[in-house]
Amino acid sequence: MPKKVRIPTPLRKLTNNEDVIEVTSGTIGDAITELQSRYPGIKERLVDDKGEVRRFVNVYVNEEDIRFLQNQNTPLKDGDEISIIPAIAGG
Amino acid sequence: MEKNEGFMRALKCRECGREYPLAATHVCEFDFGPLEVVYDYDRIKTSLTRESIQSRAKSMWRYRELLPVANDPTVGLQVGFTPLVKADRLAKRLGIRELWIKNDTVNYPSLSFKDRVVSVALSRAKELGFTTVACASTGNLANSVAANAASVGLRAYVFIPSDLEQGKILNSLIYGAQVIGIKGHYDEVNRLCAEIAGKFGWAFVNVNMRPYYAEGSKSMGYEIMEQLGWHIPKHTVVCMASGSLLTKIQKSYQEFIKLRLVSEIDFKIHGAQATGCSPITTAQKAGLDFFKPVKPNTIAKSLAIGTPADGFYALKVMKETDGSSEDVTDDEIRDGIRMLAESEGIFAETAGGVTVGVAKKLIASGKIPSNDSAVLCITGNGLKTMDAVNGHAGYPREIKPSLREFEAMISEEEKAFKG
Repeated sequence: MPKKVRIPTPLRKLTNNEDVIEVTSGTIGDAITELQSRYPGIKERLVDDKGEVRRFVNVYVNEEDIRFLQNQNTPLKDGDEISIIPAIAGG
Repeated sequence: MEKNEGFMRALKCRECGREYPLAATHVCEFDFGPLEVVYDYDRIKTSLTRESIQSRAKSMWRYRELLPVANDPTVGLQVGFTPLVKADRLAKRLGIRELWIKNDTVNYPSLSFKDRVVSVALSRAKELGFTTVACASTGNLANSVAANAASVGLRAYVFIPSDLEQGKILNSLIYGAQVIGIKGHYDEVNRLCAEIAGKFGWAFVNVNMRPYYAEGSKSMGYEIMEQLGWHIPKHTVVCMASGSLLTKIQKSYQEFIKLRLVSEIDFKIHGAQATGCSPITTAQKAGLDFFKPVKPNTIAKSLAIGTPADGFYALKVMKETDGSSEDVTDDEIRDGIRMLAESEGIFAETAGGVTVGVAKKLIASGKIPSNDSAVLCITGNGLKTMDAVNGHAGYPREIKPSLREFEAMISEEEKAFKG
């Protein structure tokens, strides 16, 4: 069973308006690379020149912020749900 | 014909400067940076003067040109222009020459500064054709969305952490809003709302409407300057949840300087958080320009945002203005609430206790010099967070309806009072 990545509105132009993409990678970092291979241009929106997740992007695995897990090394298992969410919201 | 956008020009990404139309959208498609309203200041300058402001009704809308609506506002016309109180007795207790309280505990209609942002967001939402409004909230915002939506017949969905204070929950339900309690802390509510906002065509005041919404906070700063006799205060202490209010206070001061409504001075803006949720003050005190998210654990639930959206910009404002920050424990928050109540007759919610407690620390450490003047932004009403102080303010003494019993009880106190 693959893992599901929920794509936020600002990135859907790159995914032909798909709001959920299935991936098979074993970590968050690999999943970002896998998305890039299928939807070129998406990686640079998510990570900066140094390879870090951008300041205004939050990534969650099953509702938990990856900064409370192992950042891009966070392992993924079958059925996991990944959300990519703009950090600027709320308050 | 060109569309009427009032004094607004566009939405612009704070990071890369790309411009977007004035729609219900909040982040840049390229770098996820926040979008901010850009104004036509040359035109504003011709219609916004001290005289024109003073001739208008006493509400936040007297600064209408600097608030992001295309036409006249339609929601919350009576919001704002809350008292700026000269707090001599509290000044004495905190050890400072001059102190002012910007008292948004009595803001109309829902008793917190959030009425400012909501009247802007809902007026703009109506202009953009929305009929359902929503928010992710730590309580005060939910109360304000519920009340202001009810006043104009908009449908409202408010999302809150399910463990909020009873007062804050009831203060949303009473207006007939749909109240959704999320089993989790605010950051989880916020993440869910960001996902819901992407799916439903609603005006989420602090998600897709955030560029307009956030600008409403500037009115607190405009009022402070006008009420001080058209002066910028040397020191302003602001509590921080997302950090947005603190950044907008700076913007309000800068805009009045730009419009020559006040003289330019070196002002400092200081940030206040609860120790149990202090991602911004922890970073500020360590000299960092980024923060580490935390899981909140504090009685100041209205400030309990562990991943503050404007944390990065709040740090920048404190750095630019040479401001500082502090955080206070739950006990210090309760002490702050009591000090403000006992010395000024103002009952603030927990966030107000944070601001007073932090001001006390900053004055004691000399970061706010004792011979200076400061303004404390008090953002919400204590009647909404009674759970936090219940049992900490003493209890009434009960006696029989007997004069003899009363005299026996009071005699020692009268001696002490006269002595």
